[in-house]
Amino acid sequence: MIDIGLGHYLTLGAVIFSIGVIGIFLNRKNIIVILMSIELILLAVNINLVAFSIYLGDLAGQVFTLFILTVAAAEAAIGLAIIVVYFRNSGTIRVEEIDKLKG
Amino acid sequence: MIAHAIFFYTFSIIAVVSAIMVTASKNTVHSVFFLILDFISISCLFIMIGAEFLGMIMLIVYVGAVAVLFLFVVMMLNVAQQKNQWFAGQATSKHIPVGLIISTLIFFEIIIVIGGWKYKPEIFDINNSLANTSVSNTHSLGQILYTDYIHVFQISGMILLVAMVGAIVLTFRQRSGLKRQSYIKQISRERTEGVEVLEVQSNKGVKIDD
Repeated sequence: MIDIGLGHYLTLGAVIFSIGVIGIFLNRKNIIVILMSIELILLAVNINLVAFSIYLGDLAGQVFTLFILTVAAAEAAIGLAIIVVYFRNSGTIRVEEIDKLKG
Repeated sequence: MIAHAIFFYTFSIIAVVSAIMVTASKNTVHSVFFLILDFISISCLFIMIGAEFLGMIMLIVYVGAVAVLFLFVVMMLNVAQQKNQWFAGQATSKHIPVGLIISTLIFFEIIIVIGGWKYKPEIFDINNSLANTSVSNTHSLGQILYTDYIHVFQISGMILLVAMVGAIVLTFRQRSGLKRQSYIKQISRERTEGVEVLEVQSNKGVKIDD
């Protein structure tokens, strides 16, 4: 309990990952919160990579964390641009009213 | 060791609670603020565990750019006031138990993987050369980032470029009715179309048609 090891960090990553998945599944409010949940999931992945990288003494994990950060920033920018365009066209971004694709 | 434990539990509890508040908060602006708090505490964990460069990059990129971008979009779209329902919509929501069951299943699967995974004893001795060097974390990261991973690094730069172009193209719109300055029209203006000499009769005035 006191001796913090690799398992503690992996458990923290698992908890945050699951919270992100819950946020995607349960959200009916607006789609921006879904994007924020995706950011939480990527953050959990980063925690796992950094923890393994530190505890194994291999820097490749931190390099890949850097690339995941890049991809996450690009994804947030594109996603928010799509949301802005959708809001401009249809006037709402509530999840339950976005049903143009009949999914 | 005890200080490590204290700091780990403090930051991780803050991170988990703020992650819960991101998904559960009724106001979207509050969600963005809790997302910022989450990123800050996780980057503190990174700095504490020894990955200083990633912690600082996390602060700069996420708190400085991505979260502010979220905040801009939330304020621009004026969706912060949709606080009437929490999760449930107007329709009967059968998705809540299904979503909870699937999420807890995912959580326990990951936990089982973590708990059941036996560390190979020799795996800690394989790649110890990089960790034992006397240079700092940022220095050693740069040493392999610009040599071994240079192609991936450039590809990630291309990804950022494509994302920037895509975001601009998506949100660009041509608006009609705007008055713009045209240098060609200004330069090629002649005296004959700009000035007209009139004979003004007294007490009549001049009728200007525009």
